[in-house]
Amino acid sequence: MPLDVQEGSVEAGLDALDTPVDTTEGSRVRRIAARVLPPIGAVVVLVAIWQALWAAAFWPEFKLPAPAAVWSQIWQLVTSGDIAELFWVSVHRAVIGFAISLLIAVPLGLAIANLTVVRRGIGPLVSGLQSLPSVAWVPAAILWFGLNDRAIYWVVLLGAVPSIANGLVSGLDQVPPILPRVGKALGAGRFGGIRYILLPAALPGFLGGLKQGWAFSWRSLMAAELIATSPELGEGLGQYLHNGMSLSDISMVFAGIVLIFVVGVGIELLVFRPLENTVLKARGLGPAR
Amino acid sequence: MTATIDTLPDVLSPVRFHQVGKTFGTGRKSVVALDGVDLEVEPGEFVCLLGASGCGKTTLLNLVAGLDHPTAGRIELNSSRPAVVFQEAALMPWLTAAGNVELPLRMAGVPKAQRRAKAAELLELVRLAGLGDKRPHELSGGMRQRVALARALASTTDSTGDAGDKPSLLLMDEPFSALDAITRDVLQGELLRIWRATGTAILFVTHDVREAVRLGQRVVLLSSRPGRVVQQWDVEDAPDAAAVTDEINTALRKVISSHAA
Repeated sequence: MPLDVQEGSVEAGLDALDTPVDTTEGSRVRRIAARVLPPIGAVVVLVAIWQALWAAAFWPEFKLPAPAAVWSQIWQLVTSGDIAELFWVSVHRAVIGFAISLLIAVPLGLAIANLTVVRRGIGPLVSGLQSLPSVAWVPAAILWFGLNDRAIYWVVLLGAVPSIANGLVSGLDQVPPILPRVGKALGAGRFGGIRYILLPAALPGFLGGLKQGWAFSWRSLMAAELIATSPELGEGLGQYLHNGMSLSDISMVFAGIVLIFVVGVGIELLVFRPLENTVLKARGLGPAR
Repeated sequence: MTATIDTLPDVLSPVRFHQVGKTFGTGRKSVVALDGVDLEVEPGEFVCLLGASGCGKTTLLNLVAGLDHPTAGRIELNSSRPAVVFQEAALMPWLTAAGNVELPLRMAGVPKAQRRAKAAELLELVRLAGLGDKRPHELSGGMRQRVALARALASTTDSTGDAGDKPSLLLMDEPFSALDAITRDVLQGELLRIWRATGTAILFVTHDVREAVRLGQRVVLLSSRPGRVVQQWDVEDAPDAAAVTDEINTALRKVISSHAA
């Protein structure tokens, strides 16, 4: 069988030539440094400008605090241990609110994407809710539920559910039609098709929706905490910010903003970014550099 | 009498068309894609379905695959679930090559160990042993199409992990037309090898006369709008491949030019 051997080797040669080459270069340390250094540099520049503006005394001290004064506010929260309570109160609310949103948004998104009547009926409504700032619900929520956790969760839900549901719908809409067809040819039934083909295929879009949903639930929560303050609610980051305003303490206000920013970005970087990178990398869809 | 009973299973064709017609839409805007098609594929036979674009060859394949239903006549399917290979490999990008081959087995509820073994065996058959862990984007176009072929072959097996006694049938819809010439040539050779190794019947759709003559035992020419069987050639035993290629080419041109008016 000399012909067969030759045929096989031609094929092996083609395979070797055609296989895409992995072009990532440089050591691991260098790649991480290239990723981490630019944002750190940006923060350093920003703080330097801030310091310069403060030193130039353009604005009075009660309008623009010194970076060092804001830092000492944060450091005091850290050393007294109060920061743990601030974080716990806010983050556990955001996480619970996000989890409930997920439970509502996934069936909602599936229904909108798969049932024409539902899509025509409430699809535009859900998209519209996404552009309505959920903080607009705070007055209604307080009148309905009073100053308590339920009012806050209501606002968070209205912020996060439309984003997550819309993310899932657009993820499902972007599934190439050939994939469900192939699934059917491979013997997928209605539920097998959803479980094994549609849902995994829609995952990248869905993750985008989750990320946005988290951002919405975090900012809705901060808005709600900022407006709805009461001793019963405990002290979260929003209330801390509110207290700073009441005390006319600008360094405390700045410290509050910095902490809210750090938590929002931190969860995105620690949870959503690695998740998204793993999913995209497995599909050969590298994230934008 | 006993003789007929003994030979009966051998006579059963994997697929037989009885005056099959397919019309899309209704009223004046309707399009007749297929009309009165009678066609039979013998067990283990390699049939190439040839025609210009719009002749309903893809429609015909979809009918056999169960992705669409005929509007007239009936299709008698005696095979296990037909394996389908499309023009695009359409591998699931979130699964590895082996994961893709295992997918139909997973949906059929085949236990894990059996799935693994079957997938490895099929990847070996398409000469991709050892590449099961690769993702689709790490493979070339020809390799992806071979994974798609292995996956299609896996879909013919039922929940017990084997195809049973029914004859198998492989449907291919211009599977090599998106590949470059060298890869196409190599894969045509591979397909013939796999066909001989597995003994499956193949219904292969193409618009390339040379491909049809090289691969098929029988070439069936379809007319366009409506698609009807115009002529058939037995090309396996043809003494002169070039002559029969020319003859089929002439017939195909005649079919196409009849649409010029």
